[in-house]
Amino acid sequence: MHLHKYEKIWLVFGIASLIVFLSVVGVSAFSQDHTPAGGMETIDPKKVNETAPFDNPGVTQLDDDTYQVAIVALAFGYTAPELKVPVGKEIVFKVTSTDVVHSFTIDNTKVNMMVVPGRITTKSYTFEKPGTYLILCNEYCGTGHHMMYTEIEVYEE
Amino acid sequence: MIAVQDRKLALWNIGVAYAAFLIGTLCGLLQVFIRNDALQLPAWLDYYQILTAHGVLLALIFTTFFIFGFFITGMSKSLGSFGPKVRLFSWVGFWVTLLGTVMATAMIVAGEASVLYTFYAPLKASGFYYVGLALVIIGTWISSFALVGHYRVWRKNNKGQLSPLFAFMTITTIIMWIIACLGVVATVVFQYIPWAFGWTDTIDVELSRTLFWFFGHPLVYFWLLPAYMAWYVIVPKILGVKVFSDSLARLSFVLFILFSIPVGFHHQLTEPGISNFWKFLQVVLTFMVIVPSLMTAFSMFATFEIAGRKNGGKGLFGWFTKLPWKDIRFTSIFIAMAFFIPGGAGGIINASFQLNEVVHNTLWIVGHFHITVGTPVAMTFMGLTFWLIPYLTGRKFTKAMKMLGLVQIITWSIGMLLMSTSQHILGLLGAPRRTAYSGYNNHPSAMEWFDGILTNHVTMAVGGSILFVSAMILIYIVVMTMFLSPKAVEEKDLVDFPMAESDMSRTPKWLENWWIWIGLAVLLIAVAYAIPLSHMIQHAPPGSEGFKTW
Ligand code: HEM
Ligand SMILES: [Cu+2]
Ligand SMILES: [Cu+2]
Repeated sequence: MHLHKYEKIWLVFGIASLIVFLSVVGVSAFSQDHTPAGGMETIDPKKVNETAPFDNPGVTQLDDDTYQVAIVALAFGYTAPELKVPVGKEIVFKVTSTDVVHSFTIDNTKVNMMVVPGRITTKSYTFEKPGTYLILCNEYCGTGHHMMYTEIEVYEE
Repeated sequence: MIAVQDRKLALWNIGVAYAAFLIGTLCGLLQVFIRNDALQLPAWLDYYQILTAHGVLLALIFTTFFIFGFFITGMSKSLGSFGPKVRLFSWVGFWVTLLGTVMATAMIVAGEASVLYTFYAPLKASGFYYVGLALVIIGTWISSFALVGHYRVWRKNNKGQLSPLFAFMTITTIIMWIIACLGVVATVVFQYIPWAFGWTDTIDVELSRTLFWFFGHPLVYFWLLPAYMAWYVIVPKILGVKVFSDSLARLSFVLFILFSIPVGFHHQLTEPGISNFWKFLQVVLTFMVIVPSLMTAFSMFATFEIAGRKNGGKGLFGWFTKLPWKDIRFTSIFIAMAFFIPGGAGGIINASFQLNEVVHNTLWIVGHFHITVGTPVAMTFMGLTFWLIPYLTGRKFTKAMKMLGLVQIITWSIGMLLMSTSQHILGLLGAPRRTAYSGYNNHPSAMEWFDGILTNHVTMAVGGSILFVSAMILIYIVVMTMFLSPKAVEEKDLVDFPMAESDMSRTPKWLENWWIWIGLAVLLIAVAYAIPLSHMIQHAPPGSEGFKTW
């Protein structure tokens, strides 16, 4: 098949940039653990309130440098009492839903998790700045979708 | 001119497309005003009901009917008039698709289906909404098989020959479409319908999402490939040159069959149930479509340069000024292509694994698809409409209509520039998509989003209003050229279907061996989906009951 000379240059250049780009994305994802929210754990959506850690939602300290935050999303809010976490520590968010699909999204951070009934979504994040952050749902979940929000307070130790 | 019966078929498809466009854009106008609290809806109408109608009628119905109108015309022109069976099945396909459309729309209007066009479970709409959507897909399959039948007759009568480029590209698009739809048909028929009618109690949510997105990404290529057909086959003729390279055009199309399907996980990057390895593998496959996209970009610019130089353009860029800018058939498509440059770049960002977290489900995404499907695709269809309807009705494309066409294209561009820029920036700031007016109880973070020059509540509304005016001008042009413009009696007034010549003498025959491409596509799909999908099914949690949260 005939290819124009400039076309060959153009395609070789394009494909080479593609390879470089994907390698950067891949290496940063897997060697530095920059992976998006996810997780393979499952849960019975009707028994969420009896299943750990969601039977006791909120913040738990796991060790000196790690905290876990368990949250249940439901139309149209989050069962998340008193969300207060320290700055500079690893926070592991675990979220699930008792009804439809929602999201757990913290404004001004990279925490943007889909919340799927029957599944537990996990994301670990370290806040760099103290303050009060807006948490909102950005997956359509019904009439009150645009009212579904809460806050998290990040404090300096 | 093609056979009268084929013209009628095409015109009905295009007519339904623009009826959907009319209602859909009206919804769009309402949305921008509800979003900034300028419009209070009566109690019986809900923002999400309107948004569902907007998504379904524009993204699914307008596009699909227009595409079939275009395919029918081009197939009849390039391969000859339809036989009686092809014609019959094309009509059956048309009516089934229309029946499905009416059913789904009725459910949306009745408030029984405010689940948006992605209908994510366990939001549970009326079962008839899902039946309607299934009929839409089945209708397109019937229409598709009619066109495949027409193509096979031609192949039989022209043994050993490559088919004309237009027909080749139509068949490529149809093959991709049929494979893609398998996912959505599986979930709608085996999961949603039994569940919505109460024959099963629960639904596996993550599985339904995965099957949906198996379809959802190639869906965007189903919109895009017909626009590419116009770019490859129609534009050169308008410019008075041949197709730049026949083999390159065909190769880029078959690459789209391969790389548009095994990539649906890039819509599920931030959700559970799929491991990072498989997410990343599909991200890599997603980026493979950059190769045929680069080929297309090259062909386009080469075509422009050849045409510009033929018209006397000199120097490195002199040819650019020699393009027929006053010809609305060309200018419209050129602007559509220009919008696709930022549109495609945005797509690269969206698909970039960890970058996706920054934009997923924010208004950025809404900005993104309005400058991909909402402009490059839709505006290419507008540019085709200008001459396609007069071609089919035998009416004149008058000077007044040409002027109006120009106004329409320019207003659409300005409106879209305002609306989509504002949406892109708002999304980067964190504002969510698919939301009625909300300041989250006047939360300071949310107030900040709407503070900028381009992101305040006015910009998007101004953009949306200009867009709506543009849409109404287009509807006027459609009505005029369909029913009212004077008939073309003299030879010089007859509107032509510009289909460029394509030199196939050096095109290898294996490009038209469909079994190679279908086989490779199935192989890639198996690699990308078999393991994660079977894992998802084997390790499924207890299913979900339905919820009606609206
Ligand atoms: C008058 C022109 C248009 C206006 C004013 C408009 C406005 C809007 C707005 C404001 C939204 C976002 C609503 C939200 O997320 O809350 C939206 C969503 C959308 N638009 Fe448009 N739009 C127009 C034309 C189009 C066209 C031509 C297409 C495609 C062919 C299109 C496809 C979509 C889709 C698929 C959505 C997403 C629906 C969803 O989230 O379920 N729009 N539009
Ligand atoms: Cu929501
Ligand atoms: Cu996609």
